[in-house]
Amino acid sequence: MVEPATATQAAAPVMPQLKDELDIVIPTIRNLDFLEMWRPFFQPYHLIIVQDGDPSKTIKVPPGFDYELYNRNDINKILGPKASCISFKDSACRCFGYMVSKKKYIFTIDDDCFVAKDPSGKAVNALEQHIKNLQCPSTPFFFNTLYDPFREGADFVRGYPFSLREGVPTAVSHGLWLNIPDYDAPTQLVKPLERNTRFVDAVLTIPKGTLFPMCGMNLAFDRDLIGPAMYFGLMGDGQPIGRYDDMWAGWCIKVICDHLGLGVKTGLPYIYHSKASNPFVNLRKEYKGIFWQEEIIPFFQQAVLPKDCTTVQKCYVELAKQVKEKLSKVDPYFDKLADAMVTWIKAWDELNPPTAGSVPNGKAA
Amino acid sequence: MSLSIKDHEIDIVIGALRSDLTSFMSEWRPIFSRFHLIIVKDPDLKEELKIPEGFNLDVYKKPDIDCVVGTSTSTIFSGYSCRYFGYLVSRKKYIISVDDDCYPAKDNKGILVDAVAQHITNLTTPATPFFFNTLYDPFTEGADFVRGYPFSLRSGVQCALSCGLWLNLADYDAPTQALKPEERNSRYVDAVLTVPARSLMPISGINIAFNREVIGPALLPSLRLGGEGKFRWETMEDIWSGMCVKVACDHLGLGVKTGMPYVWRNDRGDAIASLRKEWEGVKLMEEVVPFFQSVRLPREATTTEDCVAEVANVVKEQLGSKDPIFARAAKAMVDWVMLWKSVGSSTSSPGA
Repeated sequence: MVEPATATQAAAPVMPQLKDELDIVIPTIRNLDFLEMWRPFFQPYHLIIVQDGDPSKTIKVPPGFDYELYNRNDINKILGPKASCISFKDSACRCFGYMVSKKKYIFTIDDDCFVAKDPSGKAVNALEQHIKNLQCPSTPFFFNTLYDPFREGADFVRGYPFSLREGVPTAVSHGLWLNIPDYDAPTQLVKPLERNTRFVDAVLTIPKGTLFPMCGMNLAFDRDLIGPAMYFGLMGDGQPIGRYDDMWAGWCIKVICDHLGLGVKTGLPYIYHSKASNPFVNLRKEYKGIFWQEEIIPFFQQAVLPKDCTTVQKCYVELAKQVKEKLSKVDPYFDKLADAMVTWIKAWDELNPPTAGSVPNGKAA
Repeated sequence: MSLSIKDHEIDIVIGALRSDLTSFMSEWRPIFSRFHLIIVKDPDLKEELKIPEGFNLDVYKKPDIDCVVGTSTSTIFSGYSCRYFGYLVSRKKYIISVDDDCYPAKDNKGILVDAVAQHITNLTTPATPFFFNTLYDPFTEGADFVRGYPFSLRSGVQCALSCGLWLNLADYDAPTQALKPEERNSRYVDAVLTVPARSLMPISGINIAFNREVIGPALLPSLRLGGEGKFRWETMEDIWSGMCVKVACDHLGLGVKTGMPYVWRNDRGDAIASLRKEWEGVKLMEEVVPFFQSVRLPREATTTEDCVAEVANVVKEQLGSKDPIFARAAKAMVDWVMLWKSVGSSTSSPGA
């Protein structure tokens, strides 16, 4: 049986790295009690809380945290008509937090995620591991059989060309979950008691050309490198689909990262996922996605971005165009989504105007 | 061990580069003793092999190799490549091959790893090369496909190759180990994963298993370094062979897994001495990798032999003029396909 770390274990003193360069984005609809567990690790950082659901409800933030909080009214006020691209009644609204952040790095976590323990019983400092992942290069062009070669105690194996050992910048760090695994509704229904107790002590780069299901529960990214592509789509209220926000973003960012020569890592750190959502509710939300993903995935696998897409925004707008052209026939929803993707980029650029002398945030591979 | 796999479907092939296999065989006895073993003695090794009693095995030495393939051909089986002779003459469906300086490892709980059982599990459960599962092998107990994994891809494909890893002395090249002489791999990563389609990797020959029926001819001796020696630091033959295997598997829709099982690889040799003697391999990889990444096999290549022949063709055309080592490798591949067809091309039928 796997258990979360208790508060005392989690209170190990740490030197907070990048505390002025990283924002923690948390979507919530209920309360933020879980922050008490994370206090020793999170308190030095600025939090961006995106309150979903009823804006008249007050979300209590535990004392001692430095935060800004946005509810639906705030989102509407800040974005005006462009607020239509931000989901309502779905944790996809968290991407608003990415947009308003002014920091280089984002770490996002769900409010039912707690501190995990490693096999030795020590509390896992997820934030520290994500930062390590993001600050060390990725190796997407050739698979290293000993996983992340930049980790202590590892290296590139025999046969790994030296010209590829410098790696590329890491744009995304995708963490995993002990206890309740991130299964879809059908799997949850078939295996309601399955718990992830396997602590896999590895970080690895997802190879170029390979897509993956990106989960937003425990995710960090370099906002400068990939931020504009982290749109979590149209989900929830008034939409035909839910629980595909992070998936959609994951497919988009991977295509763009592959195009721009950026890396995506997965593996450590683990968090402890405590709450299993209701599988019947999930099924209702996901059910269209389960059919649609059969079309969506070949679309992303075959997507090619032109060489002149040298920034994330250009790549994203081009992708939106292709979504409209090729996926609208699957369902009119994709037509709306493609429009929302463009709206998102416009909103992003408005809230994040380029500073004088800034350079494009990427180059075509 | 899967109940549907019979022990007699498995051969364990050991290339003997050292003559005294007593401690190697004794350490592996609890795991190996129920299987048939093929031990192939490096034709360059002069001393008599010392093998303990109590195993069901066939031993092949230079005269035996000469007998089967002829004295001129037997040179291709020198050094680490001697194990390919074992692959050639085996008639079993599954082959597991471990270097003779590797012993059984212990997992994180201190339990001895049954490398054979793990390799067989890897080979007999599907691989998932078309989409990455973030919880690694979904067919492992306690794991599954994650949310967002398309259902149409969940049946997976047949796994043709299982690449294991190494604790203690990892498979580093000479420069890397020379730079970090004290570094030893102590990290036991409790995972098996499928290497995605079209992703290449260095496939080490130190600890592998494969489905001979399906991919046998693609594991081949062909790239031989000028200064190839008797330490893995002085070879690239397995890395080359592994590229061919991965390209063939990707083309034929077969899977390659990597991760567990681990073996414990003993300290042996001197990285600096190897580096002084042989660094050609490290240089060659700069050509080899982009080359294999660009190889596209034609639709008409529908068998493993076809794939090997096609790759040999492209090697000859595109790399042959860059370095004679590649022209020789291409020829060796073509010769191997013929040899496989005449000597190697059958398996005992299941249940025999």
